[in-house]
Order: sequence, then structure tokens, then C-alpha cells
Amino acid sequence: MSHCDTWIPKARRKKEKEAKIRVALAGNPNVGKSVIFNELTGGRAWVGNWPGKTVEKKVGVSEVDGLELEIVDLPGTYSLTAYSIDELIARNYIVDEKPDTVVNVVNATALERNLYLTIQLLELGSNLIVALNMMDLAEKEGIKINVRKMSQILGVPVIPTVAIKHVGLDELKETIVKIAGKKPKTRKIVDYGKTVEREIEKLSRMARELGLGEKYDCRWLAIKLLEKDSEIEQKLLLINNGCRLVEAAKSSRIMLARELGMDIEEYMVEKRYLRIKEIIEACIEKGASPEVSLSDLVDYAVTHRVFGIPVMLTILYMLFQFAFTVAIPLMDLMDLLFNTYLYDLITGSQLPSLLKSFLADGIVAGIGSILVFLPNIVLLFLALSFLEDVGYMARAAFVIDRLMHKLGLTGKSIIPLIIGFGCNVPAVMATRPIEDEDDRKVTALVVPLMSCSARLPVYLLFAGAFFPAYQGFIVTSMYLLGLFLAIGVALIFRKLVFRGPTSAFIMELPPYMIPLAKNIKLKTWERTKRFLFKAGTVILVGMLLVWLLSVTGPQGFLGSKALEDATLLEKSWVGILGHLFEGVFKPLGWDWRAAVALLFGFIAKEIVVGTTAILYGATEENLKTVLNSVFTPLTAYAYMAFVLTYVPCLATLAAIKSELGWKYMLLALVYELALAYFLALGIIFIGKFIGFR
Amino acid sequence: MMPLAFAPEGSLVRIIDIMAGRGLTRRLIEMGLVPGSVIKVVKTMGPGPIVIEVKGTRLALGHGVSMKILVELVEGRI
Repeated sequence: MSHCDTWIPKARRKKEKEAKIRVALAGNPNVGKSVIFNELTGGRAWVGNWPGKTVEKKVGVSEVDGLELEIVDLPGTYSLTAYSIDELIARNYIVDEKPDTVVNVVNATALERNLYLTIQLLELGSNLIVALNMMDLAEKEGIKINVRKMSQILGVPVIPTVAIKHVGLDELKETIVKIAGKKPKTRKIVDYGKTVEREIEKLSRMARELGLGEKYDCRWLAIKLLEKDSEIEQKLLLINNGCRLVEAAKSSRIMLARELGMDIEEYMVEKRYLRIKEIIEACIEKGASPEVSLSDLVDYAVTHRVFGIPVMLTILYMLFQFAFTVAIPLMDLMDLLFNTYLYDLITGSQLPSLLKSFLADGIVAGIGSILVFLPNIVLLFLALSFLEDVGYMARAAFVIDRLMHKLGLTGKSIIPLIIGFGCNVPAVMATRPIEDEDDRKVTALVVPLMSCSARLPVYLLFAGAFFPAYQGFIVTSMYLLGLFLAIGVALIFRKLVFRGPTSAFIMELPPYMIPLAKNIKLKTWERTKRFLFKAGTVILVGMLLVWLLSVTGPQGFLGSKALEDATLLEKSWVGILGHLFEGVFKPLGWDWRAAVALLFGFIAKEIVVGTTAILYGATEENLKTVLNSVFTPLTAYAYMAFVLTYVPCLATLAAIKSELGWKYMLLALVYELALAYFLALGIIFIGKFIGFR
Repeated sequence: MMPLAFAPEGSLVRIIDIMAGRGLTRRLIEMGLVPGSVIKVVKTMGPGPIVIEVKGTRLALGHGVSMKILVELVEGRI
């Protein structure tokens, strides 16, 4: 698991020991928190994981008057209950790490929803600043907020901001410095009524007597205990006499339930919302004027009962067209640069032949195979970031939810699956926002069945060689086959392995926004960087390993000629492995060379094409004719289906390993191999039955 | 009284009860779906997910979730 420390440059690590102000950013999703983060840090940020969790941790630095600010972007949450990992992380960071200031980013156009988190942050006893963001939108909607009054009621600084225009951010920074390290006063922001307050008082006194005041805000502790917060209860049971407090809270709860005549949790949430209503009534001078907004009009079409899915398919088609069409010349350029120019430069040099082969066939070919796909992936990330920032992704999830529900998943799984058509590696990483663990695992496990762009060259080669008249149809059939397999496998996994209940789909639909170029750029860059690190290292190591196994054999070093000479390659370790698998593939009608090509394809599937050419001693031009002499249309189609399914590439496996662990990586490997084999066998069997050869 | 899933598009409904497990119930009430409060049904997808307006924001709820929320009609027709 990558920890953030590995990303910090040395100079910064040294500074770590000096005094600095630690700031945490908290807020609901879709309030412009990441814009504020980017504006404050100017992009000087790095991404890691929270210790032991797969939730992203973003840390950045900023400077005010020579003082360093270390800013941690907490996960976007609506509340601080311990029910989701995100909320637990945000809460524990504030309780355990005690940041010097917590900046709560609030959407000024949706105060009623946003202030709920603000109230919880205040109860938690954090040293709070409220950044009242999107003030321009609020004004446009006719909302007038009395900022000074709000600050008075909440008892903390409130700073109006328009993050996308950098308005108010300097004042925010200054305020962070000004109040940093001050001990927050204990506030009673919500009065829960006489009977409940009596119990809160009793429990917090007990907590203080147990010496818990050092670490916790005792009033918060009492409130959480009344709300039956299991995480807090478990923590208390570990300390001396903590069980007494837990027991006392239990009897308080029973008593209050009887006295109030309703569920205590519900009662407390209601009280908070009532308090929010009071605050809003006191601070808002004029409410929003109701009118049909542009968002509503767009939503009418985009989330239409009948047209919603066709609209989604059209948008996705355009997205892929964009990513693929624009990328083609760039990919050709990369290909030319690495596989022709650099390759020839090295092979034509005076270096010793072993070193030459290592550099050209190992390093350059390895890096080249990643970079050739880079333009495609960057453009795909760019288009996806754009759709995300516009606010469309949430709609896509909503529109598809009904279908996904039938598979035992929710609409949220659609996003990784779509990305999977571009590249499986970022797709596996994109499963992170799925809250339900079972959903997340199933989604990540079926992502490799989405036909990524690396498989396309293989389809094109075989479809062109065997089905020249129906090339488009045959290639499309591969994409559809992958999709149907993914659906089938998801259903089976949901029924047999991950049998948890179908999870609840709750998602905010933010208003549409015109995205900020700077934000999209940053997002795309962050994702690309991560892809390069993860995929790059794995593919490179894999490439080198295969190179080594190809140029050596039981007789020792065979020379770099092995990669061009099939009879020599047959004597290498790779050749021996190919022969080992020959028996397995006999029923499918493939020889040892086809098996070796599949072994190479394990690194990255497009390599199958190049390897096939080498193994059959053909140039890429006359390869089609040569293939026609060893495959039949039927065995070729089975081979294509096998390439679609057999294993995710090495980089995808590495991504699954780092997201879900070894066990699930092995599961993905084994189920896909088995699926591919029986699928190919089935195709041959049925094909022969119908009368194909 | 009916499940929220059956509430007509454009109607106002009052939440009566949430018939779900503790975790989901808690999440829903914290999102502002407190029993007794009135919410607006913005969009329905036939029998399927639903979009509601609550506490000034739009929420999409899956079919399973909207079947677990019992509501009564305040304004609008079935």
C-alpha cells in the first residue's frame, strides 16, 4: 500500500519537523472543497492512502507570511456518524490528530443541508472556521446572508468565499493563522431540551472524572454515547472504568426513550435540524426565489424515464470517440519514437549485443508499450474529469441504477465499468467511492472483462485476417461478449460469494456547473501520474522478466537473436513453457506458439500481436496470410474470445492487489483463466456442431 | 400511506416512517429525511430510482431505499 510519505520530496520531509500549522478541510461532497484545496496549495499536493484504508488521503502545503500550512483534505461527508469509512476517517482525524484549525467548506446555496455537518464539527470541539463558499451563486439566486450574525451565532469566524474566482481565500488563510492553536471554547450549539441535557450533563461529568477530557470534548462524548455510537463504545470499553460510562449511557437511553416517547437518535437529529432552521431564519435576509433553473431543464432530458439511457449511451460514445480519435496521431508518434527511432538507434549502436538487446527489447520496448497508450488514457481521464465536474456522472449512476440493481449492484458501479473500456487499471482504482464493500469487490473483479483499448489491436489483427468482410461486426461482438460476461459473472459472484444484502443507493445530484479548466487539468494530471507509477513499474518489470526468459534457456544465454528466430526461441524458457501448455490448448486447436503469445500477453494484451509476428516468423505485413495457414476462422474466433477474457494484464492484477489484497487478486486470476478456457472450448464445440471448421 | 417509490412526480409528501435497518435509517434521517418532515418528489423513473428535494439539495434514492420509506401525500394527485 502506498503511504503518502513516499511521495514527499526530501526537502519537504526535512521541514516536517519544524513548526507548521496543520489544517483539515471538511465539508459535504460537491461544495467546492477540492477547488479550495487546489487554490490554497497551488497544486503542491500529493496523494496517498489513509493508514490501513483504501480511501484517498490528499495532503498539500501552503505558505502565509513564512509560516507553513499543511492542509489535509478530509473525505467529503454529510455527517460524522461512524457508519461509513469516510465519516470515520474524517472524525478520527479531528479527534486523534487534533489539527490546529478545521476549515468547514459550506455551500451557501444549500445551508440547511450543509450546516448539519457544521454543527457536528462544533460539537466535536474542533477549532473551526466556516468558509461560506459559492457566494456568487447564492447572490444570483437572490439569497442574502448576514455573515456577521452567522459568525456570532456559531461562535466561530465565517468567511464568504468564491473559490473558483479566488475571492476570500487570502482572508481565509489569514484567519487560519490567526486562530491556529487557540483552544476552542466548549460551546453548546444545540440545546437538546431539559431532560436530554440533564443526561448529557451527567454523562459528560462522568467522562471528565474518568480523565477523558484530555483527549475528547466530554459533551460530544456524552452526545455520541446517547446516540449509541458503537465505535466510541468500543473505544471506551478498552479503558479503565470505561464500561461504567457505557453502562450509564445505556440506562440513560432507556430512560429517555420512555420519557420522550420516541427514538433518541431520531430526536437528536430532529433537534439539530430545528436549530439549523433557527440559525437560517436569523441569518438569511432573503431566501431563494423559486424558478425553473437551467439544471432542471437539462435534467429533464438527461434523466428522462425513456431517453435517459439513450442519452447516456450517446454521451459515452462521444467520449470514447473523442479519446480514441484524437489519440491516434499521438499514439502513432509515440510508437514511431520508441519502437522505431529509439529502437533502431540502440540496435544500430556499437554496444555489446547483450546490453543492446536488454536496452532495446527490454527497456525501450517496455516503456514504449506503456507510453503508446498514454495519449489515449490521458484523453480519457480528461473527458471523464470533465463529465464529473459538470455533474453528469451522478446522473449516469442514477439513470443506470435500475439495471444495475438487477445485478445486485448500484448505479455507482457504472463509472468504473465505463472507465474499464479505456483501461482496466484506473477502472479498478475508480471503485473507491463505492461505499458497500461487497459492491466494490464485485465491481473491481468484473472490471477486467470490460474490453480495454489494449485488446483492440489483437481483435483487429484476427478479424482482419479471418473475417475481412465482417470485421466491424466481429470486433463489436467482442465488446458485447465482454459486457455480457461481466453481467453474468457479477450475478454469480453476488449470488454465491458476496451474498450481502443489496446496498442502498443514496446519491446527491449536484446542480450542473461549468467546470474550471484548472481543476480538470489537475485531476487529469493526478490520475495520469498514478497510472504511470502503478502501471509503469509493473509493466516494465514484467517486460524485463519476459525478455530474460526469452533470451535464456536451459542451455544458458541464447543471444538476442532468440526474439527474432522462432527455432531459437523454442529452446528458451518461454518456448519450454509454451510447449508445456501445448497439451492444454490442443482441444482448442492452437499450437505452442499461440500459447507463448498468450504468455506474453499477460504483460499487456497488445503485445500478443508483436509476439505472434515473431513466433510465426512473419512481418506484420504478411502475418495475416501466415495466420490463415495455422488457424481456422473458428479457432481464431475462439482465440480472440480467449484474449478478451483470460487474464487481466499484470498492471490490472497489481491494481486489484493493492485495492483488495492478494486473495482477490488470485480469485480474479483463477476465475478469468477458467472462464476463458471454457468459453473458448464452448465456442469451438458449438461452432463445430453448427458446421464451422 | 404508501412507499415513497409510488409517490407521483411533482408531489409533496410527508415522511411517516423509515422501515430499514439501523444504519440506513440513521443515514437517511441525517440526510434530512426525518419522520414528520415534508419533501418534494422531483422525478420518478417508473418503478425504480427516484429524485427528491430535501433540505435544499437533490437526492437520488434507489428503488430498494424508496420502498422502505413510508410517506403520505400532502399535495398532488396519484
